[in-house]
Amino acid sequence: MFSFESFLNLPILWFVIIATAVILYVLLDGFDLGVGILFPFAPSDQCRDRMMNSIAPFWDGNETWLVLGGGGLFAAFPLAYAVVMPALYIPVILMLLGLIFRGVAFEFRYKATGKSRRLWDYSFHFGSLVAAFMQGMFLGGLVQGIEVDGRSFAGGALDWLNAFSVMTGFALVCGYALLGATWVVMKTDGTTQDWARKCAHYVLFYVALFMALVSLCMPLMNADVKTLWFSSPNFFLLLPIPLLTLAMFVIIWRDLRKQREYRPFLLSVGLFLMGYIGLGISIWPYVVPFEITIWQAAAAPESQSLLLVGTILMLPVVLAYVGYCYYLFRGKASHETIY
Amino acid sequence: MLESLDPVLLARIQFAFTVSFHIMFPAFTIGLASWLAVVEWRWLKTGNDIYQEIYRMWVKIFAVTFGMGVVSGVVLSFQFGTNWSVFSDRIGSIVGPLLGFEVLTAFFLEASFLGVMLFGWNRVSRKMHFASTLIVAGGTLVSAFWILSVNSWMQTPQGFRLGEYGLLYPSQWLQIIFNPSFPYRFMHMVTAAYLTTAFVVGGIGAYYLWRKLHVSHARVMLGMAMIMAVFVAPFQLILGDLHGLNTLKHQPAKVAAIESIWETERGAALKLFGWPDQEGETTLYAIEIPKLSSLILTHDLNGEVKGLKEWPKDERPPVAWVFWSFRIMVGLGLLMILTGVFAVVLFFRKRLFDTRWFQFWCMALTPAGFMAVIAGWCVTEIGRQPYVVQGVIRTAESVSPVAGQHIALSLLAFIVTYLFVFGAGSYYILRLIAKGPTPEGEAYGDHGVDEPPLVTDLVSETGGEDV
Repeated sequence: MFSFESFLNLPILWFVIIATAVILYVLLDGFDLGVGILFPFAPSDQCRDRMMNSIAPFWDGNETWLVLGGGGLFAAFPLAYAVVMPALYIPVILMLLGLIFRGVAFEFRYKATGKSRRLWDYSFHFGSLVAAFMQGMFLGGLVQGIEVDGRSFAGGALDWLNAFSVMTGFALVCGYALLGATWVVMKTDGTTQDWARKCAHYVLFYVALFMALVSLCMPLMNADVKTLWFSSPNFFLLLPIPLLTLAMFVIIWRDLRKQREYRPFLLSVGLFLMGYIGLGISIWPYVVPFEITIWQAAAAPESQSLLLVGTILMLPVVLAYVGYCYYLFRGKASHETIY
Repeated sequence: MLESLDPVLLARIQFAFTVSFHIMFPAFTIGLASWLAVVEWRWLKTGNDIYQEIYRMWVKIFAVTFGMGVVSGVVLSFQFGTNWSVFSDRIGSIVGPLLGFEVLTAFFLEASFLGVMLFGWNRVSRKMHFASTLIVAGGTLVSAFWILSVNSWMQTPQGFRLGEYGLLYPSQWLQIIFNPSFPYRFMHMVTAAYLTTAFVVGGIGAYYLWRKLHVSHARVMLGMAMIMAVFVAPFQLILGDLHGLNTLKHQPAKVAAIESIWETERGAALKLFGWPDQEGETTLYAIEIPKLSSLILTHDLNGEVKGLKEWPKDERPPVAWVFWSFRIMVGLGLLMILTGVFAVVLFFRKRLFDTRWFQFWCMALTPAGFMAVIAGWCVTEIGRQPYVVQGVIRTAESVSPVAGQHIALSLLAFIVTYLFVFGAGSYYILRLIAKGPTPEGEAYGDHGVDEPPLVTDLVSETGGEDV
């Protein structure tokens, strides 16, 4: 039996790997969930078709990152998985149901005719909306902390439900809508693009508002988080994060006005990264805030070692062919033959 | 009233429901992906457009099925945590990495190259497209490898040690992955998937022949399906027998339940039918063939077969479920073999493609594979009860600290959602079948269309309602 325990800090490494899988999920499925959130507001059916075309080759690959995040958590931090899933039972189940309704809509929509296609348009929209909102509530419930006794969840079924988690739910819906809108700006042109640009402008304001609110609430709710961010010298070391975030908001705003096509999406990704890093710093080193650390939840070192070998071998390959697929389907969704 | 619901039973029903629904999609897509690869290979090799048209028709069905497989599979990856958190905590170190490997080596591969298969026709060369089909087919098999390794380990666990809090730690990875029942279960399931697909394709081919539609395509479909029925269905019987002997060695209680044998005896009779009475510890109304059970299980007329009374009452699986599921599976398997026999006879009489009763027979057997797969999984999963990891962790102690009423409500939500969503999926698949292989007039999502036509264009073309 091999184990890298003696020379690697496996739990930290795995925290980084899983955090990477989760943020990749959030960014990648984020834009296609965002497209779903904006879907019924598009000006015409043609716009909706283009939007759908722009994400159809990617969505199930994107969703696979969720399985990697969930599966990775199960593999590397089984205790965390076993505590978090029952604690957030209702949002998880509702998210899964939402993902079912939106996932099948891709294929069904093209097979449906007449009025039943409307049904799948709405199935796509509400599925995406519910999944996004539940993921936000999941996040809100998680960062507030989970009650643990021994090795299992000890709180009530609705512990996660409060004003803060509802707010994070709305925040993530807006965040995904921004990713979706800037994606559509990048992948389409004409009417669809103009409309998406307007949407991006509009939701950008709400994203800024919610990011500010969450950043304000976190230190107010938890004294440790407050000391972490507002004590010297941390305050100055961490200052680049809020400053960069602010700069990105300003640049996205201006880019949208100047009709730039690629940078708004890339900077929206940057916004997510900033928010994610900020949250990560706040809850470190807990994997179940603020009860179970990554060392307490870690799987056997042999297990983390084995999967580490697999990850180091396979993840670059996976990224390479996922990248290949994005390259293959590059360009505007409406101009397939330009290739 | 809701408070008194038993969380263990509800969690079991929920898992059984979601996993049974899910398994139908992979059982179909594993076989279909491989078959599509063969069809595309024939097309590239012969240049015969019939093959391309068959490919185009079935790849759409593949896409719908695959999409449903993805979404129902995501549910399962979270359900270990939501409903079986104690199980997840205790065996995470062993099962987790194997599932991680499944995602890394198979899921991404399938999801990414499915995109190329469906939408990449004009963006890649024919060879690259064929390679994508092969990669997706390979991905489905790799996925089956890992998930069946996990399941087989739960049936025949080895290569682990017990630590504090009852946690299981790995001590030998190769022993864990290649546990005793894994090779048999893997072969048995992959073969089952191939047969499932063969009987669906054959059934649809027979339907077209019966209706005298798309005759040249239908002959290819039925012909290829019958090759599988002739050669693979009997092979499956042999694999099943080997799998059974392996089970007898490692999980004798399961075999005793399959045979509904209560007393340990020599020269045990094979009960063809009967009603196992769990409380009375007997089999009512049994129709038996003397000594046959001993012959099948020990390959000796007077071999000793252990009866269920060897185990205390709380260590026995629910016998009637196992007994009857097994008979459904084997019965369907025998019908498949019989189909192969008919096919050989008709082939040599040169009547394979125009015998009406045989077309009807094949149509009737279209769902046979699915039913056999589900029945087979019932045998192996219910036969492992009352354990979730044979001999190590009981099902009753694995469940999450979630109240019965929440599991009941989520179960209800899953039932409603699945029936609606997958009902619609089946409806669209039936419509694709009704449409059949058509050379022109493709909708977006198919190959060979330079610019994907928009749904609105299609609607105005076909005179549909303008939306």
